[in-house]
Amino acid sequence: MALLEVDDLRIDAHTELGEVLPIVKGVNFEVARGEVVALIGESGSGKTTIALSALGYTKPGLEFAGGEVRLDGRDVITMPPDDRRMLRGRNVAYLAQSAAATFNPALTIGEQVTESAVLHGLLTQEEANRRAEALYGALELPDPDRLGRRYPHQVSGGQLQRLMAAMALCGRPDLLVLDEPTTALDVTTQIEVLKAFKKVIREQGAAAIYVTHDLSVVAQIADHIVVLYAGEIQEMGAADDVISRPSHDYTRRLMAAVRPPPAAGQGEGGTEAHLRDAPALEARKVNAGYGRRPDGAPAMKVLFDIDMAIERGRVVGVIGESGCGKSTLARVMAGLTPASDGDILLDGARLGPSVGERTRQELRSVQFVYQMADTALNPRQRIDELLGRPIEFFLGLKGEEKRRRLHELLEMVELPPDFAGRYPEELSGGQKQRVNLARALAADPEVLLCDEVTSALDTIVGANVIELLKSLKERTGVSFVFISHDLSTVASFADEIVVLYAGRVVEKGPVDAVLSPPFHPYTRLLISSVPELRVGWMEEMMATSTAQAGIDRVVTITEVGCPFFDRCPLAIEGTCDTEIAPNRPIDGLVSDRHVIECHREVPELMAWSQS
Amino acid sequence: MSDDPGHPDGAAPAALSTKFEELPDAPPKRRLRLTRVGKVAVSIVAFWLVVVFIGPWIAPYHEADIVADDSFTEAGTFCSQWEPDECSFHLIGTDYLGRDLLSRIIYGARTTIGISIASTVLAYLIGVTLGIAAAVGGVKLDTGLSRFNDAFISMPNIMLGLVVIAAIGSTIPILIVTAGCIFATVVFRIARALALDVMVSDFVEAARGRGEGLWWVIRKEILPNIAMPLATDFGLRLVFIILFTSSLSFLGLGVQPPHSDWGSMVRENLQGLAYGSLAPIAPAIAIATLTISINLIVDDVSAHAGGRLAKRML
Repeated sequence: MALLEVDDLRIDAHTELGEVLPIVKGVNFEVARGEVVALIGESGSGKTTIALSALGYTKPGLEFAGGEVRLDGRDVITMPPDDRRMLRGRNVAYLAQSAAATFNPALTIGEQVTESAVLHGLLTQEEANRRAEALYGALELPDPDRLGRRYPHQVSGGQLQRLMAAMALCGRPDLLVLDEPTTALDVTTQIEVLKAFKKVIREQGAAAIYVTHDLSVVAQIADHIVVLYAGEIQEMGAADDVISRPSHDYTRRLMAAVRPPPAAGQGEGGTEAHLRDAPALEARKVNAGYGRRPDGAPAMKVLFDIDMAIERGRVVGVIGESGCGKSTLARVMAGLTPASDGDILLDGARLGPSVGERTRQELRSVQFVYQMADTALNPRQRIDELLGRPIEFFLGLKGEEKRRRLHELLEMVELPPDFAGRYPEELSGGQKQRVNLARALAADPEVLLCDEVTSALDTIVGANVIELLKSLKERTGVSFVFISHDLSTVASFADEIVVLYAGRVVEKGPVDAVLSPPFHPYTRLLISSVPELRVGWMEEMMATSTAQAGIDRVVTITEVGCPFFDRCPLAIEGTCDTEIAPNRPIDGLVSDRHVIECHREVPELMAWSQS
Repeated sequence: MSDDPGHPDGAAPAALSTKFEELPDAPPKRRLRLTRVGKVAVSIVAFWLVVVFIGPWIAPYHEADIVADDSFTEAGTFCSQWEPDECSFHLIGTDYLGRDLLSRIIYGARTTIGISIASTVLAYLIGVTLGIAAAVGGVKLDTGLSRFNDAFISMPNIMLGLVVIAAIGSTIPILIVTAGCIFATVVFRIARALALDVMVSDFVEAARGRGEGLWWVIRKEILPNIAMPLATDFGLRLVFIILFTSSLSFLGLGVQPPHSDWGSMVRENLQGLAYGSLAPIAPAIAIATLTISINLIVDDVSAHAGGRLAKRML
């Protein structure tokens, strides 16, 4: 008998108006002991709702409408509430998406990891502490014997994510429910967390339900895959089968939305004729940071001597892990965070450092697109107000002309014209992001600064937005700065790439040049960390020296030496940690504008990159 | 994308003709629905508002008329001891001077609710204006206003009211201004906190990044987003001000005779308790029905906005 049997599960939503909407429409699957089953689908597909039913739980407003969810042969839906309470944390444990939101900042890690096991009377506090320490070790967390006494803010995001697994596993549950535990993470952190989860699930012999929208993640960890769409199973089977021989249209659609791993040959190529003109936007020796010291310098410096240019009609991708200063760079360009030093030039003319020092025409030319459409759109304004204001403000259009422009914008971002009368909360995540883009386009800008615009979206929705960006680039000739921590997304859209690490440009150049040897060691780490859509990829990846040196380390900003020193397989003791790395132009075949900032000579990097 | 080595199905695009719609991720917009208790509360408040407007025309007597020559008469028809032909009917009896209690409560609704609403509106005008100014006006203005406000808020409301009114006298305008100013301190804090919350949001930054002026940001971005919680608080504040003015009247510093006011009616008829008269109870019940009803409506509205609103209020 399987550990968990989901039998014709039906779950309904009840709206305020008394309507009943089926959310889960008769789902059947099983989870055997020691097996990882992935539920995959986009948001709204019911995957989280189904996963939560294993705990006999539904979100408020939802109701079990039929079927059984049997854990060890007992139906958790009809079970008395007291039994169900004993079940949770003891037999089934839940891991939420965001560790930062799960941990209580006021309690130590140890107290929280052991709490549920002690509360259920499974272990005494002493035993639980010992068990937690063993789990920290198994999860490859640093300093296991003292970790329990630290507070959540004292460990990195990836470590906190792994600690959530320790919390769930402390009471030795039979089944783990993991709800998108790596979705919000950088590629390098994602590997670190995935690897630890996989190992600990195997070692503890627990079964797991893994909820995600990311097929390449699933390929690394799941034994079986269940593909969901709109509350129904589209396809299920062994991971290998589903990935190598998808039989259903929707699975194929999901796979098509997964970007191929970044490789040379994806760039748009293009002529270099436009280089005669001044770049649309340029940063020269830009320094910036937050806070203010008495001498006027920022208290915490985030950007160091950034040089980059965005040529007219081109897309420059900026990549790096979180904490590398990508967003700050875009904010400095938009004037939202004034640079402490250096210049931003628009069409060769110097721009004021802050919004207040720029003219309306200058503000119109550089538009910023926020990552989260949810917070970037005023919930109290209808779409026509949201888009109408910049049209009126920057272009001075009124009445009929304004209405025409509004419809043109909606058409441009592929939304129906009747959306004009809606409020943002009546739209889906992808639609909101389109409105967010349309608002920036409403100003008729020269440069669009896109800050992680696809990161909060599902694979398919994100892929649609990228397609939209491509068509907008064709139609409008706008230049883009495209910021993302996802290298494959950047590679598929950008003409040039700027790799940022700890506030410094470590490598820049045309996409093809950056993605082919020689690599900067950090670029290579990023490229090799992008999950590939095949089983067994993670193990191969972790065996490389790049991964062993670079995974499971945090970004530290230093003012001396190369900041990548502590994660670099090629680091030279005594040089890399004390001196700023020189800029090395690469005279490759692709372009002469390819630069790597490294102490190693180009031939050395070349030899290493090809190894 | 010339070749994509990671794709097991390079030829797939042809098979992708099936359109999979993006699934909406938000529930449909909810309309405000009152609970049964909420509906009762709304009708009680509506009843009192009607009384405020048409009071003088429906009251059987004038509030200052001494119609019975005995105090605390019981409900029913009362005939004078000396002139047995002169009879008057009192639905809930008379007060300590022999004035018709019902008429006084009807007239009292005008003063009590009128003064309270005027004070609350004043408190909101002052509190919201300064609160938003503090939120958008930079650190110095914020610190100045907030410390000044803290100084006032540290004094007990009723003490402050007593001192002011004892010093400059008790007329209805002074009462309104005093209550308005005292309660503006609390409104200031709430408005400032709510506005600060909105000020740091991305959409305000987007507006400022576009070069919008401060006034536009306040009017179009901030006010619409803080209006709902403020409206809920308006109800609560109204209740507090009703209780505050009633307390002042009870202490004899509020509305002065011969005007009737629910708070002063409780005090002047207090001796009636010994005779089992309704005179001190009825105005107290009037205060209770009004304030509790407003509270219940506020509860319904906050429940609609979800725990989110309640959290922001605290």
